[in-house]
Amino acid sequence: MAHDVILEARSLSIAFGGVRAVNEVSVSVPPGAVFSIIGPNGAGKTTLFNVISGVYAPLEGSVRLAGEDVTGLAPEHLARRGLSRTFQNLQLFSRMTALENVMVGRHRHESTGTLAELLHLPSVRRQNQRTREAALDVLARVGLEAEADRPAASLPYGALKRLEIARALASEPMVLLLDEPAAGCNPVETQGLRNLIRSIAESGVTVVLVEHDMRLVMNVSDRIHVLVGGRSLAEGTAQEIQSNPAVVEAYLGIDHSRESARAVG
Amino acid sequence: MIVRLAMRYRLAPVALVAAIVILLPLLFPSAYYYRVGALVFIFAFAAVGLNLLMGFAGQVSLGHAGFLGVGAYAVAIGPAYLGIPSWFGIVAGAVLSALIAFVVGRPILRLKGHYLAVATLGFGVLIAIVLSNEAGWTGGPDGMSVSRLVLFGWRVSGADTWYWVAAVTLLTGMVLAYNLIGSPTGRALRAIHDSEVAARVLGVEIARKKLTIFVISAVYASVAGSYLALFNGHITPDVAGFLRSVELVAMVVLGGMGSIAGSVVGAAVLVVLPQTFTALHDYEHLALGLVIMAFMIFLRQGIVPAMVQWRTT
Ligand SMILES: Nc1ncnc2c1ncn2[C@@H]1O[C@H](COP(=O)(O)OP(=O)(O)OP(=O)(O)O)[C@@H](O)[C@H]1O
Ligand SMILES: [Mg+2]
Repeated sequence: MAHDVILEARSLSIAFGGVRAVNEVSVSVPPGAVFSIIGPNGAGKTTLFNVISGVYAPLEGSVRLAGEDVTGLAPEHLARRGLSRTFQNLQLFSRMTALENVMVGRHRHESTGTLAELLHLPSVRRQNQRTREAALDVLARVGLEAEADRPAASLPYGALKRLEIARALASEPMVLLLDEPAAGCNPVETQGLRNLIRSIAESGVTVVLVEHDMRLVMNVSDRIHVLVGGRSLAEGTAQEIQSNPAVVEAYLGIDHSRESARAVG
Repeated sequence: MIVRLAMRYRLAPVALVAAIVILLPLLFPSAYYYRVGALVFIFAFAAVGLNLLMGFAGQVSLGHAGFLGVGAYAVAIGPAYLGIPSWFGIVAGAVLSALIAFVVGRPILRLKGHYLAVATLGFGVLIAIVLSNEAGWTGGPDGMSVSRLVLFGWRVSGADTWYWVAAVTLLTGMVLAYNLIGSPTGRALRAIHDSEVAARVLGVEIARKKLTIFVISAVYASVAGSYLALFNGHITPDVAGFLRSVELVAMVVLGGMGSIAGSVVGAAVLVVLPQTFTALHDYEHLALGLVIMAFMIFLRQGIVPAMVQWRTT
């Protein structure tokens, strides 16, 4: 099953109270790539993720995953087709341990019936064992194996970010959407994240990255798509984007004024 | 030590409750205590089921006594009018409760928080009203008598017999609950409790999982209702009333949301306390209310989780 485009959004729009947070945005993500979406605060990046992952239904436009139209499908059905994501504002299972969080990520690969589960039949025991082993492997991949049995709520912020990635990875997605994974991470953690994202892509998983850390984005991305005010502004390689005057003006300009406003206020 | 054992072995709390169940009668000065014990176990069984829904899946039900009512009247009406044996009445009540939960749960489990609370409340009230209005079948507000349970020619009667029957049933219910919690479905339910959207993007079909646990918890309540009716030998629509639903919720919250052993403790407290407070006459309910408030203020997470935390820190 080879596609030139694994994930495609065709002129997607969504509006909140008449305001278009995403306005006729089209992106085509090639398989195995790290595809970044950047833009100033409020550009509509998270909203675009929400539409693509089925959390919101689009007002207009369509989404195709691996060549199939998946527009308006619920997140759980998209998950079963191999789309997973993380959240900008963490959505961890805080009452569960780190390991259990990742085990839930295996859910779509589990196949035990409720009756067997109530009776704890050997099939359930074997399933739990398989899920556990797979989850431990993924935890090790993000460097959290030592925290496996700690409650998620007790982990530091940087670890939670990686835990969300591990949980999404555990579902063995074809396409993984990462919403600001480096936010709140220190430079060392960010470097680790860069390597992790590259290794995910090299393992054949397509990564769509939303991120404000420009060094990380320029460093890790195969292609970059720029959103401003809900609209597509530009797309290209890191070099093309960095030298695009419209991007420099619109994106960096706004960021600058915010930055100085924050400094003043 | 108990806490550490409980953490290592999944079913350690069940073993602990079993030990208490066996040793407790040594302290009983009279048959009356067997009666209280049986009531504790029956309500604990219902509370364990409700805890699966509330404490693990995070879905409230203020109408669960409705299912107590279905189970209770199944063993009353079935043998009296349909000629089925009492034990089959328990099964029929459970099946009927499951069906009702399935049909009712589909639309109302889409609601969240307070809206779900009010919808389930409405459902419970509805069942109670049907039970008191269908006087031709149910005897109306005065209720009806319930014939004794006979199992393989063995007549189950007497408080001490019921003590053991209810205890074995409770222990079984606890084992099934622990089994479920430690299974893929159990993890999915706990995930739903913490973040529905995250559970969904990982492929958890939340509507189906919520419905599953609603049906299971309804069956627990129904069986408890059947036992209550068979044990008391008489039943009134109060069994399905709003106050009963609130009492079940209070047992779950008091003992600790998400703690199976907690539900047993919560049921014990709320069944035993009113019995000991009868000496206070008019102030009985006042005292009970104050105790519940005190527990909630000082042990907000519930009795058993607070104990576990205290032991491990
Ligand atoms: N559920 C919602 N209801 C109403 N408005 C919303 C909703 N979600 C997003 N918006 C609005 O849509 C716009 C885009 O928001 P979005 O969160 O997608 O931006 P973003 O690019 O992810 O920004 P940031 O970089 O700050 O995360 C904002 O104006 C936001 O207020
Ligand atoms: Mg965002």
